[in-house]
Amino acid sequence: MIARPLLSVDRLTKAFGGVVAARDVSFEVGRGELVALIGPNGAGKSTTFNMVGGQLEPDRGSVMLDGTAITGLAPRAIWRLGAGRTFQIAQTFVSMTAVENVQMALQSAQNMSFNLWRSAHALHRDAAIGLLRSVGLADSADRPVATLAYGDIKRVELAIALAGAPKLLLMDEPTAGMSRGERHDLMVLVGALARDLGLGVLFTEHDMDAVFGHASRVLVLVRGEIVARGTPAEVQADALVQRIYLGKSGTLAAAEAGRSRGTS
Amino acid sequence: MARAICWSVWSSMSFSFVIAQILNGLASASSLFIVASGLTIVFGVTRIVNFAHGSLYMLGAYFAVTLMTPLLDVSRSFPMFVLGLICAALLTGVLGIALEVLLLRRVYKSPELLQLLITFGLVLVIQDLVIRIWGPLEILGPRAPGLRGAVSIAGVQVPSYDLFLIAMGPLVFGLIWLVLARTRFGILVRAATQDREMVAALGVNQSILFTGALFLGAALAGLGGALQIPRAAASPQMDIAVLTDAFVVTVIGGMGSVPGAALAALIIGQLNAFGIVVFPKSTLVLVFLLMAAVLIVRPYGLLGRAEPLSLRVVTPEGFTAIAPTSAPTWRWCGVLIAALTILPWAVDAYAQKIAIEILIFALAAFALAFLIGNGGLVSFGHAAYFGIGAYAAGLAVKKLGFGMETALLLAPLAGAGAAALFGVFIVRLSGIYLAMLTLAVAQIVYAVAVQWVELTGGDNGIVGVWPARWASSRITYYYLTLVLCSAGIFLLHRVLHAPFGYALRGARDSAVRADAIGLDVVKLRWLAFTLAGAATGLAGGLYAFSKGSIDPTLLAIPQSVDFLAMLLMGGIQHIAGALVGSTALHTLKVIALPLTDMWRMLLGVMIIAIVLLTPQGLVGGGLRLFRRSTRGGASA
Repeated sequence: MIARPLLSVDRLTKAFGGVVAARDVSFEVGRGELVALIGPNGAGKSTTFNMVGGQLEPDRGSVMLDGTAITGLAPRAIWRLGAGRTFQIAQTFVSMTAVENVQMALQSAQNMSFNLWRSAHALHRDAAIGLLRSVGLADSADRPVATLAYGDIKRVELAIALAGAPKLLLMDEPTAGMSRGERHDLMVLVGALARDLGLGVLFTEHDMDAVFGHASRVLVLVRGEIVARGTPAEVQADALVQRIYLGKSGTLAAAEAGRSRGTS
Repeated sequence: MARAICWSVWSSMSFSFVIAQILNGLASASSLFIVASGLTIVFGVTRIVNFAHGSLYMLGAYFAVTLMTPLLDVSRSFPMFVLGLICAALLTGVLGIALEVLLLRRVYKSPELLQLLITFGLVLVIQDLVIRIWGPLEILGPRAPGLRGAVSIAGVQVPSYDLFLIAMGPLVFGLIWLVLARTRFGILVRAATQDREMVAALGVNQSILFTGALFLGAALAGLGGALQIPRAAASPQMDIAVLTDAFVVTVIGGMGSVPGAALAALIIGQLNAFGIVVFPKSTLVLVFLLMAAVLIVRPYGLLGRAEPLSLRVVTPEGFTAIAPTSAPTWRWCGVLIAALTILPWAVDAYAQKIAIEILIFALAAFALAFLIGNGGLVSFGHAAYFGIGAYAAGLAVKKLGFGMETALLLAPLAGAGAAALFGVFIVRLSGIYLAMLTLAVAQIVYAVAVQWVELTGGDNGIVGVWPARWASSRITYYYLTLVLCSAGIFLLHRVLHAPFGYALRGARDSAVRADAIGLDVVKLRWLAFTLAGAATGLAGGLYAFSKGSIDPTLLAIPQSVDFLAMLLMGGIQHIAGALVGSTALHTLKVIALPLTDMWRMLLGVMIIAIVLLTPQGLVGGGLRLFRRSTRGGASA
């Protein structure tokens, strides 16, 4: 018996004017798997991402989440079907504290956001602190999110995404703006979450350490098309990928990351 | 039956009537386009909706009236008339430069609300200046030499000046096109309209670009005003009237799009000309239906484009944080309520009347703060729901024979109903587009109140709206107002602290994030708009009974601006701002009105000064002083 993939993307296509940003992009993400979507700037990573997350409507193709067609649905509907997401530029509620940000996601998950009467301050607060603890931010729970370091804001976003008890995490450049140490810690955390909770994770990333050190599989997107796919080792060895994307230093970095993965 | 109506409409339109209306529509389309194109160019470059555009139009008309007489004395010829038009346009353009350099330049980075308010402050100042310089009465301009007669077209007598206007539209369009397509300045204007940040990043001298755009926009407004003088007298009321028209044209055409303005002006010109056949009273209803239809299909207008999805994180203007209400705060609220309870026994009847008004305005302003401060929905037409509540209460008593109690129940229902209906269109937009639409909707409600004389009594309004006998003493009515307004404010406050209030504020902070955690942002905003409409409608109903009469000024733009000025004065970042601001502004108005006939100028200067000097208002400034003094005390 073949297990149904968690996320199945079939021939997604999107053009802006005459520019085809994504052409026949197809891939799958399984439970417990970290799939990296990489490629040079303008390759169509964010476009593909936004079509899966519902921020963009595809011209053609389909997206299935756990057997349900989600193509062209609004982000809010996709979230309710089990996809939590973080953004390339972190999107949080800047007038609120870290814990309030997570409480917002929890109250939405419980369909309480249209309640006009009960006080929201303590609502789901304990559960929200628990989620912040799981991303290592319990101590900053009551700090305004606007005063946190950017790396910590990204963690708050992750806690928000987890609040919907998702099956799938969509993370657009989760480590952008982080220090090397923070990047490693975050990817280890995401890997553990995927393993423990059985989540599928699709992420885009420019950092080769994060990709080749932590991904289960890698997809390489160039000019809107997937040109290579496979395990990190396979992709790193791919001559075409070396030539058009990684270059010399990238190949070295990827090899380095792959080696350190074996030892850690 | 519908067929019968159609038939009677068509049979009434003879061929010559159709020709006359088409030409009439084209002439008004030309005028509309010339004004609206200036507004849309300025918006495209600066992203500021210049409320003072109507004032520049009015100044253009007054300049023309003043200049024409000496010019035509030199030689009574058509070229002299054209020279007069050009001089009036250039003079207005120079004022546009002054406006940019002295005011707008300081607020490009400010929140939209403050940008809109500062240009509206200018509207108030210019209104009083015009009255001071040219007097309150209309001034008739000279007719254009050589264009005084009429031409016969297909058996219809068409005024020659209308034909001149019809020619001016395409001529101005062509000139704008030449400037935009063929000059370096024009290319920069187009680039800035598409992506302002990119133009800035490329090292373009922004200040020359912005000053130039204001010159061009103001000159077009001035030309539009100057062109009107042979048709209509210059009057101090023409600014607001043309502003609504220009807003509707730019919203329908797409803000920032000159061809869009042309297209929309053509459609609206014809709609006005032929709408008279269907709705002799109010063609504005047709214009509103058109606007609603366009915005459903294309939220950014016929030829406008959506702002690119922005993920930039900006601190929103509004409530910064909402903490649980602390015990000391509740105690202070108790003290305040106690003080308000004994107040009527300590003051005279006049002060009681003022206190009633302040309570009512506090509720309406708090509802507006709920929308703007918590929801980020900058409503420029708040008076509409206030006035609708007042009219609902008044009509319930006078036309339906209900008692005060039922009328005060109907007032919030009417406010909520109107907000729910208009909200369907309004909350689909955001930011500046939303502000424009709220204003346009409010103007249409105003026009209906003025024009539907049988129902509303027109300009005279409705008189004899008195409270029930048990509430007829002023002190009893004061207590009724105190109870209802406190209850309304308490309930809205409760909503602010409830999950809904949080979700609404979250959608203000980041609509993208809100959507990504399953929140229906449009539905949240629609409900917020409806709740605010209910509270404001209640305030309007209470106001009607406190005054005993209702008239259309309750729904007019100045009333909306008063509510906004209350928020601005109190401070929009704090929940208490609206309450402090409504008390301060109304007290000031009551004191100042008997002393000066230039209240508008004073209010305008005050708005401009607050925006430039203390945008956080009284509460924000007070809190800062308090913190500084306590910190100073601790370190001493």
